[in-house]
Amino acid sequence: MSHLNPFVTFLLLNILKLAVVLVLTLTAVAYTVLLERKVLGRMQNRWGPSRVGPFGLLQPLADGIKLFLKEDLLPFASDRPLFIVAPIIALTCSLVSIAVVPFGALQTITVNGVGVDIFNVANVNIGLLVVLGITSIGVYGIALSGWSSNNKFALLGSLRATSQMISYELALGLSLVGVVLRAGSLNLRDIVASQSAHGAASWNVFGGFQFVAFFIYLMAAYAETNRSPFDLPEAESELVAGYHTEYSSMKFAMFFMAEYANMITVACVATLLFFGGPSSPFGNLIPAFGGPVIQAILPIMWFILKVLCFLLLYIWVRGTMPRFRYDQLMAFGWKVLLPIAMVNILVTSLVLALRG
Amino acid sequence: MQLALFLIFGGLAIAGAINLLLQKHPINSALSLVVVMMSLAVLYWSLGAEFLAAAQVIVYSGAIMVLFVFVIMLLNAGEEEHTHGSRAAYIAGFPGAAAIFCVLSFVFLTESKHLGSANLGGQLSQASNNIAEISSVLFTKLLLPFEVTSILILVAILGAVVLARKEQ
Repeated sequence: MSHLNPFVTFLLLNILKLAVVLVLTLTAVAYTVLLERKVLGRMQNRWGPSRVGPFGLLQPLADGIKLFLKEDLLPFASDRPLFIVAPIIALTCSLVSIAVVPFGALQTITVNGVGVDIFNVANVNIGLLVVLGITSIGVYGIALSGWSSNNKFALLGSLRATSQMISYELALGLSLVGVVLRAGSLNLRDIVASQSAHGAASWNVFGGFQFVAFFIYLMAAYAETNRSPFDLPEAESELVAGYHTEYSSMKFAMFFMAEYANMITVACVATLLFFGGPSSPFGNLIPAFGGPVIQAILPIMWFILKVLCFLLLYIWVRGTMPRFRYDQLMAFGWKVLLPIAMVNILVTSLVLALRG
Repeated sequence: MQLALFLIFGGLAIAGAINLLLQKHPINSALSLVVVMMSLAVLYWSLGAEFLAAAQVIVYSGAIMVLFVFVIMLLNAGEEEHTHGSRAAYIAGFPGAAAIFCVLSFVFLTESKHLGSANLGGQLSQASNNIAEISSVLFTKLLLPFEVTSILILVAILGAVVLARKEQ
């Protein structure tokens, strides 16, 4: 190893990190789909997938093989290049934002004179803005897919998705401003550090009095990811399958994976911003036990546990809530969530100014 | 590293801009414009202006261009017909563009010392927090222009609402 110069070492280590995180994320996406099918099944008093492997645990593999072997249909009147590019944009954008998420406590290892933060692909000063920016680029995947399929249901679905995502992006972004004001930074590690003083009591959602912002974020995030109860872009009773009606085989799988990867990203951001990220809810109450390895792995466990709770909440909401009507959805976003988010910013900054 | 990024994304920006002019379909042109904006964002970032890069992506490619694409999709605009254009465009346009390019590069190259450089971009390696710098400049030195701009945008929004409202 020592014959490599620092730049090559840096590059190789980062490629390794990227590969590991990508594989883990895609596995997580596959198993989130399984989790959803299982939990929804139990909510509807049935088993869910249970045949492939023990408890149906190999079902994602079977699904993947099935989708991979399906015939890839290209509609005759579609705009070919855009039709092919659209699912790639959707999946890429949903996977890229994972890169700025810190999974664990800051843990730097030094290889060949180059320090690498092993639990975070890229520690960026403006991590939060990167996530928001990539989310806003992801709209193109959906918009172009509907337009290029040359199908009225797909077009209507993508128009709905686009306008819904643009509208809720505002409420989403504004709901995060309170947290940024409290942390004084857009770096996700700094935001996590700002709420790690006393365990759960100093998390933004409890001790930071950002619970209003949290609920706004939660609802806007459901709309951003086109999930129930805001899944109008793919309302099957009106629009067949919405923007991905014409897609089959791996292209459909890419949209499907993008949706679940977006869910995971949104859950990660909620965890980092409102629930203290990888920090323990007990703070310093529990003395550090085990060796350094256990102390490094424990934060990751907390992080995964919190993200899992959000994913379960997603599935629970999908299992219980009826779909909104479209005008209700728009009115809710612009007339309810946006003003509340602005008031939240005003109150938070006033309190911070008076205290500080 | 910075040079490599500049070459790749500068080239991409120019290619996108030329493609924008050559494409016949409005949606392809709009998408080329998105490519230009994203490459500009990367260039800003490589100069150390992270906040500007993020704002470029979120505001221009994420909001304004999405609206462009949205409108093109909604109107279902077809392919446009290319005319050869008037001769005046050829006679005045290309030399004019070249002249402006020459004048600007001449001014920037000769007067760069007098123009001074803004202190808003740190370097990629340094962890200088340029959001704090931008906000302190924006809310102290440039407070009046900033507020006037926001009022201008507010007026534009109100105008759009008035235009869009149906007469009773």
